[in-house]
Amino acid sequence: MHKRSIGGLLNWLTMLFFGLPSMAMALPETSQIRDPAPGWDQLWHEMLIDITIIGVIFALVCLYFMYKYRRRNPDDEGNQPKLSTPAAIGWAVIPAFLFMADDFYLAANGWELWNKYRQVPEDRMEIKLESAMWTWDYTYPNGVKTYNDLIVPAKKPILLRMTSRDTIHNHFIPDFRVKEDSMPGRVTYIWFYPKEPGEHLVTCAEYCGHLHSRMYGKVTVLSKSDFDKWYKAEGAKAQLAMNRGGM
Amino acid sequence: MGGTLREWIFTTDHKKVGILYLIGSIAAFGVAGLMAMLMRIELSAPGPTLTDNPTTYNVWLYFHGAAMILGFQIPALTGFLANYLIPLQIGAKDVAFPRLNALSVWLFYVGLVLALLTFVMPDPPDVMWTGYPPYSEITVGNTAFYSFTVLLLGFASILGGVNFLTTITFMRAPGMGWNKMNIFVWATFTAFILQLIFVPVLGTAVTMIMFDKYLGTNFFNPTNGGDVLIYQNLFWFYSHPAVYVILLPFIGITFDIIATFARNAIFNYKVVVYGGMGGIVLLAGEVWVHHLYVTGMPDWIRVGQMVTTLLISIPVGLIFISLIGTLYRGSIVYTTPMLYALGVVFLMLIGGLTGIPLALTALTVHASETYFVVGHFHYVMAVAGTFSIFGGIYYLYPKMTGRMYNEFIGKIGFWITFVGVNTVFMPMMISGIDTGMPRRYWDYSQISGMEGYQQLMSIGAAFIFVGFLITLINWVQGLFKGEKVGRNPWGSKSLEWTHCDSPPGHGNFDPIPSLPEEWSPYAYGRNK
Repeated sequence: MHKRSIGGLLNWLTMLFFGLPSMAMALPETSQIRDPAPGWDQLWHEMLIDITIIGVIFALVCLYFMYKYRRRNPDDEGNQPKLSTPAAIGWAVIPAFLFMADDFYLAANGWELWNKYRQVPEDRMEIKLESAMWTWDYTYPNGVKTYNDLIVPAKKPILLRMTSRDTIHNHFIPDFRVKEDSMPGRVTYIWFYPKEPGEHLVTCAEYCGHLHSRMYGKVTVLSKSDFDKWYKAEGAKAQLAMNRGGM
Repeated sequence: MGGTLREWIFTTDHKKVGILYLIGSIAAFGVAGLMAMLMRIELSAPGPTLTDNPTTYNVWLYFHGAAMILGFQIPALTGFLANYLIPLQIGAKDVAFPRLNALSVWLFYVGLVLALLTFVMPDPPDVMWTGYPPYSEITVGNTAFYSFTVLLLGFASILGGVNFLTTITFMRAPGMGWNKMNIFVWATFTAFILQLIFVPVLGTAVTMIMFDKYLGTNFFNPTNGGDVLIYQNLFWFYSHPAVYVILLPFIGITFDIIATFARNAIFNYKVVVYGGMGGIVLLAGEVWVHHLYVTGMPDWIRVGQMVTTLLISIPVGLIFISLIGTLYRGSIVYTTPMLYALGVVFLMLIGGLTGIPLALTALTVHASETYFVVGHFHYVMAVAGTFSIFGGIYYLYPKMTGRMYNEFIGKIGFWITFVGVNTVFMPMMISGIDTGMPRRYWDYSQISGMEGYQQLMSIGAAFIFVGFLITLINWVQGLFKGEKVGRNPWGSKSLEWTHCDSPPGHGNFDPIPSLPEEWSPYAYGRNK
């Protein structure tokens, strides 16, 4: 873990000094699945430790001062020592560097995870999503359409290319730690990696009016064989419907 | 502070203008707080509780957000506190443009009336305080009222900005150098710099929405070449600095309260001013994209503003060190205003630190738009800001009224409110991560494990309600029954306490004080 964060920091510094072109070099290859969801939990955990330590230090010092320097006689006055110029500068520069070091450490880790979120594996399945008040409409590569039920195979990265018919919505799958807005006039994307069969809630996370809170659906993860069966059967039906429509 | 109603309405006295701002903003707080109570009752059980019409809930939520920020916090901090305190703290007879000041408080009241019309008009605005298009342009709700309310309050604020920057720059008493001003004066100065730079951007954004919706322009309409994200960029280009327009004055008054009741000099004054507040002003306009992390903005700007957002921790951290450092070797007495000020320190510590995960683009893909965000910004801005305002009101109470509030009732009010806010907003943050509960929901039946959290929060809200009632009763009762006080009940070294009567007469100072070399508003103990 420790080594990786240093690697992240180095990547970060490389990018800082060599600018954006070097970003492509610094990014790792996309061949193996790099599921960001466990990474999210891990980074969140580290973050909680980080801010808890800082918070507890500040709070304890404050509480100690509050107790130690309570007024004993009504006429007492405080005696804040006058800081010499070097001390004043030191009290600014040293904490500033400590905070900055923590910022850069977090930025490096955050950037690394961010790259995982934005790099979609090659062997993905691509599904189109069109959101509308108040429904999620999915279209599969073979023309199958589902509504509010995103049926996907396990162990395959799923990419959603998202847009919207009316206003802004936000396709949020809490279990897969991923969300992004869908909106008219722009195409956005998210991807996730369903490891095993099961059901996961999809909610709308961007305010969209009257039934915003009732705009939910689910991700249904099927085993590969179950999914293939469903996909072929639905695909045939969709084909039939299309042919009929054509006649 | 007597006088006829006519005298109050047509007043140009900064103290009366300040108190008018106080009354208006507390009224806005009361109504917006009632909306919060209605929402908490609605959410206390899944499914419909108070109303089966989600739009009714959405209107409550719209009003709660818009009125709390634009009608309560900004006017209470930059209207009431700035108006009342700035001339007194810098040793001036009044502000530079007293009539402009009166105009600004009138505009504020007209804005409040417009906002209150929400409750009587058909199809009230339901666009949230952010007013994002396309929703704000396709809803049947009346977006024009939203736009006009924002424009009026924004204009009032610009007038205030012109006035206070001029007043602080040119009307300081002889001998008061820039580095001798109270921290609150600096805070107001920096807040109004931000307000003058950024309010016009907000005005532009809400005007464009109105043009789109009612005049047929297509700024945000993608089917005719517009772009929905432009609005969010304009809106947050103002509204993130607006957070600092709230934060800076509330930090400023917190510093002054802590210095007074610890009878102590500010720790590292120049670093607070130039490093802390100056740093915030410099960074304020470069971090807005962190509100757009999950909207599909280009990756490069999301990552770039992750870094600038994280850097905000430096000035804020320096301010924190000085806040706590001001207690060092102090002589601390725990009056009600001091409890509120120290409450600000702890609430802001929680709120500030929980902002750090929200700076990381990668973590917001889960945390953004959930109750975690709502809990975070309530801690850092809503609750900490409100505690500083309440602390400020208690702090200035003897100065404004010439009487003392009841200390015991004040402390009870504080503790009930303090328990209440933590019972609401701590579970709120935890539930946002735990269940992924999205914000702005009228119903949460589909989200398992949410009911217990919601009930806990609703109980906490009842505590806040009771705490505020007690506080309000204390303020009103003190007007009639409070013990009379002299000039300086706190033993402060600041001009408003040492050189002004309680309440100060017309013209404040007689004569304008001329300050000796060794004078400082924080000259306690050996710093005399």
